[in-house]
Amino acid sequence: MTRIRNFTLAAVAATLLSGTALAETAVKIGVLNDRSGVYADLSGEGSVVAAQMAVEDFKAAEKGITVEIVSADHQNKPDVASTIARQWYDQDGVDVIVDVPTSSAALAVNDITREKNKVFINSGAGTADLTGPQCSPNTVHWTYDTWALAHGTGSAMVEAGHKKWFFLTADYAFGQALERDTTAVVEAAGGEVVGTVRHPFPGSDFSSFLLQAQSSGADVIGLANAGGDTINSIKQASEFGITQGGQAIAGLLVFLTDIHALGLETAQGLVLTESFYWDLNDGTREWSKRFAERHDGDMPTMVQAGVYAGVLHYLKAVEATGGKDATAVLAKMKEMPTDDPLFGKGTIREDGRKVHDMYLFRVKTPDQSQGPWDYYEQVATIPADQAFRPLNEGNCPLVK
Amino acid sequence: MFELLGIPPQALFGQLLLGLINGSFYALLSLGLAIIFGLLNIINFTHGAQYMMGAFVAWMLLNYLGINYWAALILAPVIVGITGVIIERLLISRLYHLDHLYGLLLTFGLALIIQGLFRNEYGISGLPYQIPSQLSGGMNLGFMFLPNYRGWVVAASLVACLATWFVIEKTRLGAYLRAATENPTLVGAFGINVPRLITLTYGFGVALAAFAGVLAAPIYSVNPNMGADLIIVVFAVVVIGGMGSILGSIVTGFGLGLIEGLTRVFYPEGSAVVIFVIMAIVLLVKPAGLFGRTV
Repeated sequence: MTRIRNFTLAAVAATLLSGTALAETAVKIGVLNDRSGVYADLSGEGSVVAAQMAVEDFKAAEKGITVEIVSADHQNKPDVASTIARQWYDQDGVDVIVDVPTSSAALAVNDITREKNKVFINSGAGTADLTGPQCSPNTVHWTYDTWALAHGTGSAMVEAGHKKWFFLTADYAFGQALERDTTAVVEAAGGEVVGTVRHPFPGSDFSSFLLQAQSSGADVIGLANAGGDTINSIKQASEFGITQGGQAIAGLLVFLTDIHALGLETAQGLVLTESFYWDLNDGTREWSKRFAERHDGDMPTMVQAGVYAGVLHYLKAVEATGGKDATAVLAKMKEMPTDDPLFGKGTIREDGRKVHDMYLFRVKTPDQSQGPWDYYEQVATIPADQAFRPLNEGNCPLVK
Repeated sequence: MFELLGIPPQALFGQLLLGLINGSFYALLSLGLAIIFGLLNIINFTHGAQYMMGAFVAWMLLNYLGINYWAALILAPVIVGITGVIIERLLISRLYHLDHLYGLLLTFGLALIIQGLFRNEYGISGLPYQIPSQLSGGMNLGFMFLPNYRGWVVAASLVACLATWFVIEKTRLGAYLRAATENPTLVGAFGINVPRLITLTYGFGVALAAFAGVLAAPIYSVNPNMGADLIIVVFAVVVIGGMGSILGSIVTGFGLGLIEGLTRVFYPEGSAVVIFVIMAIVLLVKPAGLFGRTV
């Protein structure tokens, strides 16, 4: 009888002990992105799904970490993003904000996260200033940036003999950064920029600007815009016979969902740079298949993949430090090499730049494509050490 | 070769032509709005969503039923027009005795609901819709390459606008409509079914929006926000032309398209605002609008 009682007590005690151990860390992740505007398909709900998958794949609950995920729509506006970020950090107990497309919004969240000493893992935004002059010890820039895009697509186009460039630029932080970075690449490679037009963001009719580009005598029209703006630019460029007339189009930031919206008939032959494609290897295929099952059959974009990998790495750091203290977790994230099925092995530099391979893709012709979402053929791999801006060239104050 | 303000004349002609093309969308949409406002006294904020529905219905007809562009050009406005008739009968008709504001709020709410439903179902990036094969390609005008399809858009919208103007200003049916606007009770006393007239007018205004939507489908991306982006500009066009003025909305639509086109050449960053600047000036100088009558 006593033996049984003792046994029960021990079991209860053990449960209680392990119970306290299990509930040790409670983490709250805020997915902040565009849920209704031009970037909603490439980030949006898909990024929330990706974050949930990261928590499940990490088996957070078994490791004593309870994770809650919240999400909000920043409408691509920096002021809305700031308000939500402040409320999340100050009142709702959010520990880490992820995704945040739209560079102007990302720069706003970058400042607030530093002020509140929390963690910001950016996947959606492009501006390389996040790890340059505006770099912060609290920000990790995961998926891509304007420098990497400019060097990937820009170098490839110049090497293919397209020396004279005309830019069609979205008139805000991201477009300007992308134009600046690509101009540097083009000029360094012996090319020249013959003209630029800054269009309002978001726009719908680009024909006037394309006509200016057409008469500029440029070999290539660089689209320093994104999402719906890029889709409309490419669609209308094909309509106005720009590609047929011998001018090439360089989509400097093109996502898989953009190609899906354009259709291969219009998009074929486009050269673009991304850090992730669902059909790269067994790891990406397996994950993307599971993602699609949970997201209406849509394949993931690199932004959504970046959210998955970023959350996974964050949780590993929380596990390793045994707590969620921002300074300790960030130090751990930068100290541990990253390893996930989507981006492979990589590192996070002291300026916050996550470093991995980038890929140059060409969009398939309708004949080459085997079915829905089979859109890219791989042209080249840009190795991690060349894909991103060298640490000492970014003017990041954290780098001595 | 002479230059105008640093722009070669060839480029300028090209830009003017493009302005005219955009103007045709403004004209078609503002015409529908003007008709609806003129006869129903309702500020139809659902107009942008109905334009978007026109494009989506064309896409659905093609992808689900294999119906081509030309048939969609007729069918989509009819289908969307019918939804308009239903909305008018079920909802809008209950607000005629109230202030304008209620109609505005109702139609604005409907627009958000419709856009939300389409966004939920089809996402935001948009769907591809190819230019019909008969109109693909283009011709070289010397100063620019004009895609055949754009030429068709200008022609089709001009015809639609002029036909509408003709029906309203020059036919017996139009006379009934205008009379019903002035004094519905008296027109009713002559044995004309005024409520039915109003319902059909709303349906027609909506059908015009859907027609513009089908025209837009091959050149803009077919996405749930395509109307929301455009409708604010179109409202400015209606205000500049004079609320309820049929001819005013047509002329202002094309005219502002041209002005916007020129802004894109000389100061592209300002092209999104120029129409609103003009609207502010017109409101200050001639509050009834360029073609509006002060009552």
